[in-house]
Amino acid sequence: MGEAIVVTSGKGGVGKTTTTANIGTALALLGKKVCLVDTDIGLRNLDVVMGLENRIIYDICDVADGRCRLHQALVKDKRFEELYMLPAAQTKDKNAVSPEQVRDIIVELKGEFQYVLIDCPAGIEQGFKNAIAGADHAIVVTTPENAAVRDADRVIGLLESSHIGSPKLVVNRIRPNMVKAGEMLDVDEVLQVLNIDLLGIVPDDEMVIRAANTGEPTVMNPDSKASIAYRNIARRIQGDTVPLMQLDEKKGRFNLFKKIFGRGR
Amino acid sequence: MSIKRNPVTIKGIKDGLVFRLDEQCDFAELLDALKEMIEHSHQAILSGPLVAIDVRFGKRELSDEQKLQILDVLRSRRNLLVRSIEGAKAEEVRENAVLRMPMFTMSGMVRSGQVLRHDGNLLFLGDVNPGGTIVCTGDIYILGALRGMAHAGSEGGEQAVIGASHFAPTQLRIAEVISRPPDSEDAASEHPHETQMEFAYLKDGQMQIDKMANIARLRRDLNVFKGV
Repeated sequence: MGEAIVVTSGKGGVGKTTTTANIGTALALLGKKVCLVDTDIGLRNLDVVMGLENRIIYDICDVADGRCRLHQALVKDKRFEELYMLPAAQTKDKNAVSPEQVRDIIVELKGEFQYVLIDCPAGIEQGFKNAIAGADHAIVVTTPENAAVRDADRVIGLLESSHIGSPKLVVNRIRPNMVKAGEMLDVDEVLQVLNIDLLGIVPDDEMVIRAANTGEPTVMNPDSKASIAYRNIARRIQGDTVPLMQLDEKKGRFNLFKKIFGRGR
Repeated sequence: MSIKRNPVTIKGIKDGLVFRLDEQCDFAELLDALKEMIEHSHQAILSGPLVAIDVRFGKRELSDEQKLQILDVLRSRRNLLVRSIEGAKAEEVRENAVLRMPMFTMSGMVRSGQVLRHDGNLLFLGDVNPGGTIVCTGDIYILGALRGMAHAGSEGGEQAVIGASHFAPTQLRIAEVISRPPDSEDAASEHPHETQMEFAYLKDGQMQIDKMANIARLRRDLNVFKGV
């Protein structure tokens, strides 16, 4: 029996789909059997980011309504043998499936895959309820902005009062230069407010945008910082202990001082 | 005192109106003023849908007959529903009853969109995040950060206080008074390293903030340590 992990955030545009695609691909790189599930019915994107759009025949609504078997709807990734995706429908809306139907599908997938990653739509309505219905764990994605942190806090509250319990946090799109200049929240400030376990931090990286447009997840390219960050997250999900990435590469004498005397501000 | 004050003041509260009656003037004068307001001067605002009325007559000693006279005037309008009629003593007893309730302890996190309600005094171990709310009929003490909203004395307890280890609320409410921190960030950055516990209270209807050690000066119902 595998585990199902929902990737959610509350706010839109913080990188849920990108995170799902990259963590999923990174787990596949580690040799895991992985299925990605897009629950953003009506606004599906995961297939585009994965570069699998043109292979879709059936979708999650077809499975839920019994128009096809689960296996027929799964799209196999072109790069990995054991990476699959269950796409969302584009022509319907969030009410086309019920939480119970999604849960049944996830349970079936868990029997076959080691990891089932669920890409959640933005918001806290029906789509959110569908997405968390079958999940065992949750990853909350946020960016270091007040609005995103506020929404993440709201979603964490909802998750904590659901069957899932305490979620893990990914802080996405960190710009070390802005943090240093005091123009962006740093990870510690985000953690102080949200008060949940940190799963990983991902620096802002142009490679991610480029990769998403070409339908090739960033993790495939081992040179980018974001790629390493996602690989680290995948290893932590697997149970490994991986130290947090150092976003600041310049290690001058001043930084050494800061390290010795604690965090100066 | 040459300016003649109207012996009756009307104040809107969340769920009705409070009629405050002057405690010094002659009773007949008071009754006349009330009649005048109901029947003429305030007729426009006092007609319409059903409205709940609380009558407060302060320190004046009223006989039952006098109370009835006041009620009769108010009842001349069908839409005015008299919910209570109390003097200063009863008011104080009622407010103190809440404040004397034992402290209830609770822990966790109040996150955005969540509301923690409690009837009485609350000691909360944890944080209240922006968008989160604590509402209590009595005092609120937070061992943690207050970044959201806190409403103490929610049913009119003007003596209630709000205290927190890290005091950075988005909004504070005590009884009917609402206050928010100043828009300029100077106030917050003035003492960035000062981490002292503070509390908010009402003084003459205005929200005030002071350090926790000074709470003993404010409230007489606390057990105060004076040393040996």
